Amino acid sequence: MATVIIPTPLRKFTGNTSRLQIHATNVKETVAELTLNFPDLKKHLLDEQGNIRNFINIFVGNDDIRDLQKENTVVKDDSVVSIIPAIAGGNA
Amino acid sequence: MSYKDIKFSKEELARYDRHIIIPEFGYEAQQKLKAAKVLVVGSGGLGSPGLLYLAAAGVGTIGIVDFDVVDDSNLQRQVLFGVDEIGKPKVEAAHRRLSALNPHVNFVLYNEQLTSQNALDILKDYDVVADGTDNFPTRYLVNDASVLLGIPNVYASIFQFEGQVSVFNYKNEAGELGPNYRDLYPSPPPPGLVPSCAEGGVLGVLPGIIGSLQALEVIKIITGVGDTLSGRFFTFDALTFQTRTFNIKRNPANPINGINPTIKSLIDYEEFCGLKKPQEKPVKEITAKEFYDWQVKGEKFQLIDVREPHEYEIVNIGAELIPLASVLDQADKIDRDRKVVIHCKMGGRSAKAIRELEAKFGFDNLYNLKGGILSYIDEVKPELTKY
Repeated sequence: MATVIIPTPLRKFTGNTSRLQIHATNVKETVAELTLNFPDLKKHLLDEQGNIRNFINIFVGNDDIRDLQKENTVVKDDSVVSIIPAIAGGNA
Repeated sequence: MSYKDIKFSKEELARYDRHIIIPEFGYEAQQKLKAAKVLVVGSGGLGSPGLLYLAAAGVGTIGIVDFDVVDDSNLQRQVLFGVDEIGKPKVEAAHRRLSALNPHVNFVLYNEQLTSQNALDILKDYDVVADGTDNFPTRYLVNDASVLLGIPNVYASIFQFEGQVSVFNYKNEAGELGPNYRDLYPSPPPPGLVPSCAEGGVLGVLPGIIGSLQALEVIKIITGVGDTLSGRFFTFDALTFQTRTFNIKRNPANPINGINPTIKSLIDYEEFCGLKKPQEKPVKEITAKEFYDWQVKGEKFQLIDVREPHEYEIVNIGAELIPLASVLDQADKIDRDRKVVIHCKMGGRSAKAIRELEAKFGFDNLYNLKGGILSYIDEVKPELTKY
C-alpha cells in the first residue's frame, strides 16, 4: 500500500492523521480513495470538475506529478505520495 | 563598483573572521555580502530571524518593508522585538535592534505596505528579495514583481507546525532560470478554504527555523557558495521531524513567464485572491463611439454630467450639470420617457449615480458613458481639453 502524507492544514479532515496507507495504482485512485474515506477533504483537493485544485501540489516520491503523468502517475506499494498545499502564514 | 573593490575595516575583519577562515567561503564571499542589497518583506516571524542573521552576516544593505506595529501577540515568535517596543512601528524597532547588532550595515526602512503601486519601485534597487509575508496577495505580488524585475526571490512560509522554503526566479551560472511561485501554485486558495495562522496558530520556534533557512539561501545566492534551493521545494514538519525536498520545474502555462504570458505588469492582488467584495451590480453602458453615433443620427436622449462645477468649466460636452452629491435630490430633472446618458470624468461617479437612481427611483433608461468624458475626448473630440 502506498503511503500518503497529509499536510498540517488538512489533518483536521483526516482525524489528525499525518500518514495514511492507501490501496491505489495511480494518483487519481489515491485521491478518490482518500476523499471516499474522508469526504471533508474533497473540496480542499478537487474543484467542481473533479480536477486537482490549483493551490494543491501532489508529489510522488520527490517529483511533481505535473512533471510525471499527472493524475495517471503510477503509484506503487512503496510510493510516498505527498500533498503540499499553498500556505501563506498569518493572514491567509 | 565591483565587489572586489570592497574593503573592510579592522573591526569588520575581526567581526567576520569566522566566515573568512572557512575555505569555501573566505574573504571574497564576505566582500560579496557587503556589496549586496537584500530586501526583506515582512519583519515578523520569518523576517525576525532572517534579518538578525543577514545583518550579523554582514550584508551591506538591508531593506525592510513592514507597515505593522509591534503587538504583544507577536513576541512569542518575533524575536527582533521586546516588550518596550509594543505599539511601535516594526521597521523602527527592527532598525534599532539590528543596527546595535551590526553598525556596518546600511538599513533602508519602508514603513508601508508593499502594493502593486510601489513594489517595482522598491524592489528594483535590490539584488535579492526575501519573502516572509503572511498573506497570499502579497506573496503573489512579491513573486510577480521579482519575476518582472529579474530578481531572485527566497520564499518561506509557515503554518502551525509546517514550513516551506524555496528559491524562486533564480538564474544559475549557465543562465537557466528556475521556477517561481506561480509555477507551483498558479492561483491561490479561495478565502476561507485554508485556515490562517491567526485562526490556526503557529509554533513560535518554527518561523525561527524556517526564517533562518531563508537567510541561509539568501547568503548562498549572494556568495555563490553551495547549491541553492532553486528548482527544489523544501518542507519541514516539526511534529514528525520529517523534512522533504521535492523537485519542481517551470510550467509552460505559467501566466507570468510561461510560453504565453498574460501578466505583463502588476495586477490587483486582493482581487486576484478573491478578497475584494463582490462586484457591484453592472450598469448599462455606452461607449464614446456609440454615443457619438447617437449624436450624429439624432437619437433622442438626455445627457447629464455628474461632475463638479469646476470640472464642468474646464471642459464639457453640453450636458446638464447635476453633481453626484445632489443627483438623488434632483432626480425629477431626469427624464423617464427617453434614454438618458450620464457621464463624469472616467465613468466611476456616473456608474454610482446610475446605481443610486435605479435603486431609489427604479430608473431603467440610464446609460453610463464608458470611460467618461476622457474617453469621449480621446475617441471623438481630441480637440477638447483633457484634465
